Amino acid sequence: MHHVVLERWSRGGSFLHARDPRVKILAALAILVAIATTPPQTAAPFAAYAILLIGASAASGLPVSGVLARAAVVLPFSATFAAISWVSGDPERAAALVLKSYLSATAALVLIGTTPMPKLLLGLEKLGAPRMIVLVALFLYRYLFIVSEQAQHMLQAAAARGGLFGKARPLRFRAAGGAVAVLFGHSYQRAVGIHRAMLSRGFEGRLMPASALALTVTDALFLGGALVLAFASRLSAGAGL
Amino acid sequence: MHIPDGFLSTPVWLTLNAVGAPAVGLLARRAQRESGDIKAPLLGVMGAFVFAAQMINFPVGMGTSGHLVGSALLAYTVGPAAAAVVMTAILALQALVFQDGGILALGANVFNMAIVGVMAAYLPYRQFGRGRMRTFAIFLGGLLSVLTAACLALSELLLSGVRMPGPVVTVSLGLILVCAVAEGAITVAVIRAIERVNAGWIRGPEAMGKPALGFIATAALLLVTLGGLVASSSPDTLESFAEQVGIADQARSLFETPFADYQARFFEADWLAQAAAGLAGLALIFGLGLGLGKLLRNRRAAGRPANAAGGD
Amino acid sequence: MQPVVEVSGLRFRYDDGTAALQGVDFHLFPGETVALFGANGSGKTTFVLHLNGVLTGEGRVVVCGMPVTKENLTEIRRRVGIVFQEADEQLFMPTVLDDVSFGPLNLGIEPAAAVERAKSALGDVGMLHALDKAPYHLSAGEKRRVALAGVLAMNPEILILDEPTTSLDPPGRRDLARLLGRLPQAKIIVTHDAWLARRLAVRSVFFEGGRIMGDGATDELLKRFDWECDAAEAMPARLD
Repeated sequence: MHHVVLERWSRGGSFLHARDPRVKILAALAILVAIATTPPQTAAPFAAYAILLIGASAASGLPVSGVLARAAVVLPFSATFAAISWVSGDPERAAALVLKSYLSATAALVLIGTTPMPKLLLGLEKLGAPRMIVLVALFLYRYLFIVSEQAQHMLQAAAARGGLFGKARPLRFRAAGGAVAVLFGHSYQRAVGIHRAMLSRGFEGRLMPASALALTVTDALFLGGALVLAFASRLSAGAGL
Repeated sequence: MHIPDGFLSTPVWLTLNAVGAPAVGLLARRAQRESGDIKAPLLGVMGAFVFAAQMINFPVGMGTSGHLVGSALLAYTVGPAAAAVVMTAILALQALVFQDGGILALGANVFNMAIVGVMAAYLPYRQFGRGRMRTFAIFLGGLLSVLTAACLALSELLLSGVRMPGPVVTVSLGLILVCAVAEGAITVAVIRAIERVNAGWIRGPEAMGKPALGFIATAALLLVTLGGLVASSSPDTLESFAEQVGIADQARSLFETPFADYQARFFEADWLAQAAAGLAGLALIFGLGLGLGKLLRNRRAAGRPANAAGGD
Repeated sequence: MQPVVEVSGLRFRYDDGTAALQGVDFHLFPGETVALFGANGSGKTTFVLHLNGVLTGEGRVVVCGMPVTKENLTEIRRRVGIVFQEADEQLFMPTVLDDVSFGPLNLGIEPAAAVERAKSALGDVGMLHALDKAPYHLSAGEKRRVALAGVLAMNPEILILDEPTTSLDPPGRRDLARLLGRLPQAKIIVTHDAWLARRLAVRSVFFEGGRIMGDGATDELLKRFDWECDAAEAMPARLD
């Protein structure tokens, strides 16, 4: 499954993996902003971003072809709008839409591929993201694949009994509604169970962090380097290409 | 519709992050103040449920199928503020893990779906969620959540200068409407089924205000959303509006300074005028939204306290 | 000897009106292991949730000499550790180490000391190697061990295990029984697993309809309530 692969990537031991999540988030934002503000009619900066991102993936031991293939999930959406822009007489924007969305997705993948989700969320909280959203995202990520598997099993069970096919549409519609309701009930009961397990281990209203983050000189140097590279790539638009 | 990075112009994504972040922060603090961290597992699992429920297909006709979007269902089960928090967490994980929606565009997607979408879902429910009109209110809430979010997304793309010929916009609107009706019907089917299992899982609407007020608020939200779309699809109107207001020049100098030498062409007049006018429009919508939200919250404060999971 | 758990006249009704417990009397001595049998829905799990105050009904519940009241909850929850049936509900933190240190942190222990305690508990259950793993990637047996470590990290005096052998394969079941046998705490084991009960519990109680209908030697109780599939019955009938 998608997340299992990302999870495996994120547990690597490269230089980038070892950086504080906060500097990685800021570096990723820097390159995303650079990509977003690059004028559409230039080629040099896009080439520079691509080299940066592919270089970062390779240096962190991520499979470059895997990263590039996963980033391609944005292409159907971008290509549709690119085609519309092209037909409307704006080929520069068409190319820019595809390039920018693809490169941005690659940047997100390099970030998530070198940072385990709990660390990433902890970094986001330290950078000022609301605690409640970070906690909800943490639990969501923890249970996402468990609930999805449950949904998968329900669909398999339905298929084994002839599935939700072939019947009259209102009937199928109601059956699907019932399936979602059952999934809802399971999820709700699970939340009750988690709540009890938390209380049983002395939870009194506030989750305490076990791991703390510590910025090192290397982290600071990395961030400085990343900002310079992102900015330099962005400025290469002025080189007249 | 999750907007990826690379589609929105800088002023548009910047503004939407600037309005989305504090609004979500407010809602998150509110949700936390009500219950402390204890609600986080319930909301996280509910978010996981919405993700997983999207695997279950509903036949919507003509051989196609749709799935639950979920903002309305969340608003009716965990309450509107918590629903906005869950939707934000969902959108953030979709952007990070699944590259579904951009990271810089997160503000826009959160604004469309987690803030306005949830509000649009809750307004009719709050007013008409009891009594004879209940089913209709649930249907309308589901419909509006998708309609407003998708229209806003479309407006933002148009404001960002993504060109779409008239027919494309019309066809998109038609598709949006189909999706919106489907979401309304799906929400009704799911809520009914949940009620058969355990009616306690659905939160009744808070104490109702005057029906007329709710009707006006719902209609206003719809009008502003659709109006914004119409306005953004005809940039000429917006441009002259922006020139009149005089914000275009200010905004231009503001955004021009950092890269003045490199980007003169990039910040040519019409592009920025459109965007600046868009900002004004979005700010207007947001102001209205914030006002309505405040109204809702004040009412809600008088209602029953939020109930954490496992209170039994 | 003073019992560590004393319950008398315990009654409980769920919000939906289901009367789950209808007058339960129970006691547990230090170091003793008791198995709880009974059909699904007979009140076993509801009963054990009263022993650390997650649920509260009418009647008297005294744990380690303290009545289960709001003021005593923190102390009681430290002393009574529950390992839940659904390991995925118990392991809610993102990594194994985070999860096992969750309890000690709630007790107000400094993060560094909490991590040390967590590591020592993980060592006790043989899961030290999985420190940084996400619970999602563990096998059923490993999850059960980590859940147990999460409870042991709080140094409880009483261990409650709700269906500890569900979804374990036979070697996993054997390993768990061995591990539990080594732990010195007084134990209550809610289970359908007669093999496990025979192996760990000299005494058992039988629940039916929210009441304890039998209390005695495990072997005798299993026979009295006909609570085992015996070998003769397990033979397939001849098809002719």
